[in-house]
Amino acid sequence: MGAEFVMLSLVPILIGVLAAVACALPGNFLVLRRQALIGDAISHVVLPGIVVGFLLSGTVSSWAMMAGAAGAAVVAVLLIELIRRLGRIEPGAAMGVAFTSMFAFGVLLLEQSDTSSVHLDVQHALYGNLESLIWVEARGWGSLLDPVALAGLPPELPRIAIVAALMLVFTVVFWRPLKISTFDEGFARVLGMRTNLIGFALVIMAAVAAVAAFDAVGSIIVIAMFICPPAAARLMTNRLEHQVLWSVAFAIFSAVVGYVAAGYGPLWLGADDAVSAAGMIATVSGLVLAIAALYAPHRHRSGAPADG
Amino acid sequence: MSLRMPFGRGEEVAAAPLAELSDKPLAVRGLTVSYGQKPAVFSLDMTIEDGSMTAIIGPNGAGKSTTLKAVLGIVPRLSGVVTVYGRPLAKSRRRIAYVPQRASVDWDFPTRVIDVVLMGLARELGLLRRVNAGHRQRAFDCLDRVGMRDFADRQIGQLSGGQQQRVFLARALAQGADLYLLDEPFAGVDAATERAIIDVLKTLKAEGRTVVAVHHDLSTVRDYFDHVMMINVHKVAEGPVAEAFTEEHLQSAYGGRLAANLMDQLQLGGH
Repeated sequence: MGAEFVMLSLVPILIGVLAAVACALPGNFLVLRRQALIGDAISHVVLPGIVVGFLLSGTVSSWAMMAGAAGAAVVAVLLIELIRRLGRIEPGAAMGVAFTSMFAFGVLLLEQSDTSSVHLDVQHALYGNLESLIWVEARGWGSLLDPVALAGLPPELPRIAIVAALMLVFTVVFWRPLKISTFDEGFARVLGMRTNLIGFALVIMAAVAAVAAFDAVGSIIVIAMFICPPAAARLMTNRLEHQVLWSVAFAIFSAVVGYVAAGYGPLWLGADDAVSAAGMIATVSGLVLAIAALYAPHRHRSGAPADG
Repeated sequence: MSLRMPFGRGEEVAAAPLAELSDKPLAVRGLTVSYGQKPAVFSLDMTIEDGSMTAIIGPNGAGKSTTLKAVLGIVPRLSGVVTVYGRPLAKSRRRIAYVPQRASVDWDFPTRVIDVVLMGLARELGLLRRVNAGHRQRAFDCLDRVGMRDFADRQIGQLSGGQQQRVFLARALAQGADLYLLDEPFAGVDAATERAIIDVLKTLKAEGRTVVAVHHDLSTVRDYFDHVMMINVHKVAEGPVAEAFTEEHLQSAYGGRLAANLMDQLQLGGH
């Protein structure tokens, strides 16, 4: 299976793993801040950004689309804040209004624009296209050391690798402000931390991760990567340091098992076709969370919720 | 001592200008905070004396916590000047320790008691410095002072309310500050914790540090504090307990809602 695996499955699995880890890292803080919905919002609003980026640059796999998506995420965050302030409504409602309307706009834009010649269609945008990211030049494991073959790697791989590394650096360097401001924002401010800035940076980081994961799992399923691994990890431990490590482990597990199960599972069961890898990855991460909720050691809430 | 009637334009004794207060641990002039249309705190002046223990008291919704949060920059202020030891807040942060209301955080947060206390050292540690044995020892010492050392490895959600409050106090002690600001430190705690907290606060005072606490229980004001700041959106009275903690001021701050028998229990002076 060596050569075939390297050509067909290695790169998609790596991209799936890196995408899941890139989302899980900021996801830990979003879940603890009860802002998981903002991950959902971002994953929706990046769609119009990606389409605009594509229309302006004319190519699918370019940084222009990422820039467009990141820009859309910033617009969405500002829009949510604006609606909240002007409309004097709760943040959840503001988010709901902002992300559904921006997503709808993205769908219209996608439909109306001439994207038929390239691989950017609604389905790709929503569900991802992991299986298509094959490494055509690969001739076996030896290709990993072959510069010519490496040059033919799908550009999505180095892109998601850079973003995953960025998430790791962000999490490590800003660990202390992230942890303290998530636990006790008032105290963090008294220490002199710019908590608004930290919160904004976290959302931007989540947006970058969502955009980069777009290729792998699509704009809708990406939300599972933000929430499921951290939520399952929370049930495994009572220490944030360990929770983040668990979430990374769960993210890797979901990506690998999900991809393999999607590609080979139906064949083992006698079916003819493979199923969507992104869908299976999200399903596995959901199953991990369900099992953790039933059997994990710290599944009981030990304290009462803070707000009364 | 300056006086101001709530919501009125009663007699006003002009507050000393900030320049003359350069040595005071905390000086506030013209503090106004608003949530929406209605001011929560209006044109408040406050001067905290060095080495004093001050209770901020007033009825529910009087703006006690809001005053504390606005002073600390946690909620934005519409107007007003705050100095801490004569300098702007941003330049005096290392001299301030803060104990928020216990209910303001989610105690289900995945962290241990010792980690919460170590948060008090965050300014010193910066972004990347690792916690070493010395830092850990200091955190343990702070837990000792509040009688919580044995709980260092517990998840914070496994503690009782009183124990959680003591952990918050230990974190403030770890900040090693000169001015301690506490938001309702005795709210919902057991008698043993109340005793432990007041002992720590009195030790801080004995060391020459300054303590300001939002306080709810009028019956303990005389025992615990030497100064009082009485507010109801506006400042009602400010000064040593013997002078400012009077029936007249209480009636004014609480709008006559205090029962007469409570007044008797408080053994008020100033008649």
